Amino acid sequence: MKKILSIVLVVLLSACASKTTKPGGEGGSQADKGAMSGESASGGATGNPLTDPNNILSKRSVYFDFDKYVVKEKYNSMVLSHARYLRENSNASIRLEGNADERGSREYNLALGQRRADSVKRVMTLAGTQESQIESVSYGEEKPRAVGHNEAAWDENRRADIRYQGE
Amino acid sequence: MISIISPYKIFFSKVGSMQNSLRQFSCHTLALIFCLFGTPLHAALDIEIFGGGASQIPIAIVPFAAEERLTQGVTAVVKSDLQRSGLFRMVDSDGSAPHEPSEIVYPNWQMRGANALVIGTTRILPNGQIEVRYRLMDVARQEILISDMETVSVKQLRAVAHRMADNIYEKLTGDVGVFSTRIAYVVKQGKKYALQVADADGFNARTAIEYTQPIISLAWSPDGTKIAYVSFENKKPVIHVQTLATGARKAVAKFRGSNSAPAWSPDGKKLAVVLSKKGGSQIFLINSDGSGLKRLTRSSGIDTEPNFSPDGKSIIFTSDRGGSPQIYQMPVTGSASGVAERLTFEGSYNVSPQYRHDGRSFTFIHRNGSKFNVAIQDLETRQVQLLTDSLFDESPSFAPNGKIILYATEIKGRGILAAVSSDGRTRQRLSIQKGDIREPEWGPLPKWRRK
Repeated sequence: MKKILSIVLVVLLSACASKTTKPGGEGGSQADKGAMSGESASGGATGNPLTDPNNILSKRSVYFDFDKYVVKEKYNSMVLSHARYLRENSNASIRLEGNADERGSREYNLALGQRRADSVKRVMTLAGTQESQIESVSYGEEKPRAVGHNEAAWDENRRADIRYQGE
Repeated sequence: MISIISPYKIFFSKVGSMQNSLRQFSCHTLALIFCLFGTPLHAALDIEIFGGGASQIPIAIVPFAAEERLTQGVTAVVKSDLQRSGLFRMVDSDGSAPHEPSEIVYPNWQMRGANALVIGTTRILPNGQIEVRYRLMDVARQEILISDMETVSVKQLRAVAHRMADNIYEKLTGDVGVFSTRIAYVVKQGKKYALQVADADGFNARTAIEYTQPIISLAWSPDGTKIAYVSFENKKPVIHVQTLATGARKAVAKFRGSNSAPAWSPDGKKLAVVLSKKGGSQIFLINSDGSGLKRLTRSSGIDTEPNFSPDGKSIIFTSDRGGSPQIYQMPVTGSASGVAERLTFEGSYNVSPQYRHDGRSFTFIHRNGSKFNVAIQDLETRQVQLLTDSLFDESPSFAPNGKIILYATEIKGRGILAAVSSDGRTRQRLSIQKGDIREPEWGPLPKWRRK
């Protein structure tokens, strides 16, 4: 557990270093969450961190390369922020929704979307989040966000989204 | 067997290399591009036929006596059925109208090039039912091949015509006819998704269920009474089984994670399904009522699109356990079947397998550069044949006689259904006026037709 924590620390620190001038620090307070996202801490009274556009927690999408389901490094801090939120809010739960672009078999794309959702889930559970708080599902190619038949649309649709219960 | 068949079998084998030029000739000169419009209220699909083998059986179908008095004609339906098979060429009657064998002047029909002739009569009975009598004649031998009669209600006239077409097809080709079967497919219009069931010629389309969420992966039960499908109405994929006659439905696989790709065992008692409850996408077996659960695959990859062999002993499926999606076959054993045999080796993307009714080959989708095409592979020889050359073909489904493959494709960004004969010679396009049509699945033979 300690080892995982230190790895997470390193990842977070490096993410923070690239984003802000303030040194990030691990801890359990709201203030740290704000520091990690590079903005001033959101007070408890004002708004929901999950939907605050200034908070990394409002970012919900991980994008993937063609036929790939590995979470790219650039999404780590976002995914780990959510992992942390879940660890600190044991009543919260999420659904990870995996998607694929339209090319090829619908069922194979459903499975590809599933792998993408599962990959994000693995990053979170390795960071200590309870598996019971995460359900990973797939929409395959059935619910595209971009409806074109071109590379730009396909790029947009190779994606896993984080959706909190109640949203 | 009747001699009328043999000249054509010999002809087929001699055609051989002349096939291509003859085919082009037929495409250019014959009116093979042919739109079938039913009464707008009933026809949900318009069917256009492209291409065709040059070696077709020339047959003349003479309108039956008093047929013009019926609200639903019969000979037009028989004609379009036989034409759609790609194996028949209609010969014009040139004004001749025999209804009884004694009225036939055989030399005239020989001169017109007909090898077979269909004549008949219709009669409206006092109780409102229709009596339909017909005969199939061998023109060269001047013999009766089929003589039959049915008495039915007006509503059943199309069904009678389809049965006639089946009998004529079987007598002249030796193969089982599929004109009395049904097809199921999904239509997307705006935000609505409808699962529809229609006659194989596109008529009598009926909506079995409609959602505002996607429906995919249709699977007919072997007895034709139910359809399994995947719906996203619960905000994730869940497998339902719906009884067509009553509309009653049940969620049979609603486990944690995704549930998809249902496939019926030949005895109708079990479903192979793909679940992500144990991580990834793996194939499991459940009873058709959703009870019982047995895991079949244990790879760390994607295993999906299971399909049972006709003898119920094997399952063919898509897996990327080797690094790219390919088609594998495994036994349906009690113990964890880790043993799966890889079947496809050409290219880096082979998916959506479905066995032919005789278990000797399977159809699938093969990615060829940037195109996704329908292909067929013989299980014994391992030979692969590409049957289409369009861009985005999906979801191939065999007719229950193994002669035609129904599939989904795209024209100008719109989803339509198409069909190709299993030898690749004849192609048909089925389109509807509105909406995006996809996920076709050909239904089984009606009980009374199964051998």
